[in-house]
Amino acid sequence: MTASFWRQSVAIASRDLMVEGRTREVMLIALPFGAVALFLAPFAFGLELALLATVGPPLYWVVGLLFGMQITYRSTATESGPWSDLLALLGVDPAARFTGRALASALLITGFLGVLAAVMVGLYSPGAMPPIPGMILTVVLFSAGLAMLGSIASDITIGLRTRTLLAPLLVAPLAAPLLIAANSLWRSLAQETGILTWALILFCIDLVLAVSGVLSARPLMEATR
Amino acid sequence: MNPLVLLEQVAVRSGPVSILTSVSIHLEPGTSLGIAGANGVGKTTALRVCATLQRISAGRGAVLGADLGTAASLAKRARIGLSGHEPAAIGELTLAENLELVAKLSDRPSAWVVEALAKVGLDRAADRRVDRCSHGMRRRLDLARLLLTEPDLLLLDEAQAGLDPPAVAVIGKLVADVKSRGGGAVLVSHDEAALRAVCDRVVTMRVGEIP
Repeated sequence: MTASFWRQSVAIASRDLMVEGRTREVMLIALPFGAVALFLAPFAFGLELALLATVGPPLYWVVGLLFGMQITYRSTATESGPWSDLLALLGVDPAARFTGRALASALLITGFLGVLAAVMVGLYSPGAMPPIPGMILTVVLFSAGLAMLGSIASDITIGLRTRTLLAPLLVAPLAAPLLIAANSLWRSLAQETGILTWALILFCIDLVLAVSGVLSARPLMEATR
Repeated sequence: MNPLVLLEQVAVRSGPVSILTSVSIHLEPGTSLGIAGANGVGKTTALRVCATLQRISAGRGAVLGADLGTAASLAKRARIGLSGHEPAAIGELTLAENLELVAKLSDRPSAWVVEALAKVGLDRAADRRVDRCSHGMRRRLDLARLLLTEPDLLLLDEAQAGLDPPAVAVIGKLVADVKSRGGGAVLVSHDEAALRAVCDRVVTMRVGEIP
């Protein structure tokens, strides 16, 4: 007797969100440090308002990427050892594990980026900002991509002693297209130029990651046993 | 009738290290087998082979009628229940939440959670977080999970260690239940006397070998 794919995915996502609800690591660690990073950067750039308005949004995406990676690793840390064995023996589909974990991480990263966006606007006063629906769309697509990428990297490095070193090294270069697409989409939205190309690119990156994650989940899980 | 577990001269290597050299196990439906042996002889690895969680390097084996290493054996996993050295639970969740999660993932009714916790004497601690429970309570939680999921093949690794007599009695009941359903149990321990109290048959494992 095993539960359906979506029931399993939702159960895994709920677990991760409940754990975050208890530990509040995103709220108490990632968010304050992310905000501090945005706060300190102007001191390095120089307090020139025109320059800050220009560098604010790209810096926001870089900080979002770095701390977003931390959020995905945290949510996948519970998946090693006996718990991983248990999930296998409960007949949980590895693709459902991937989907549930990525779903929870994406929600957490979206919330994190939402608050961080307010901090960025307050500190950098960028001249032109995208309309709210466009901002939300970009943040959601970026968060989903980063969550799936982090989840795949975690599956690859699970059980390795060098996991904490290898995972960021794997994610960082692969996240570059996400970073470029999100920043470009946001800029296009703010400048009211054509957004379709960048929105499509961001969506396609997410689609490729979703398909890769689902298809590689079982082989990766078995290979790391 | 097919044996529940059939391992023939199974070997397991991890890089250059040989963990199992030749392990043969035969478990018929409705029976229980104990594997006794000193620490480090490979008992846990042998149990993980039975659970389809450990790849074999040589020999052949089948679990619940499916050859090891095949897609068919992976499909049998939902019928296997393993309690390892370290109880499988999420520290930040309560005892009840851990079991409710297992119930959702394995499609068991949530109502069984309360019943399973009561059977292992944890009903009053249901709302306590796992990371605030003693090792003995966590082991009881593992037993409650096995009661909840009702596996056909029960695999217990040093299950009696750190448990009080009522919890040890639950192990005896778990083994009896699985046998009565036509399933079977494999228990491993360094304590041969404890195994003899529960198992129909006990074999001794030497370093990497069960003849």
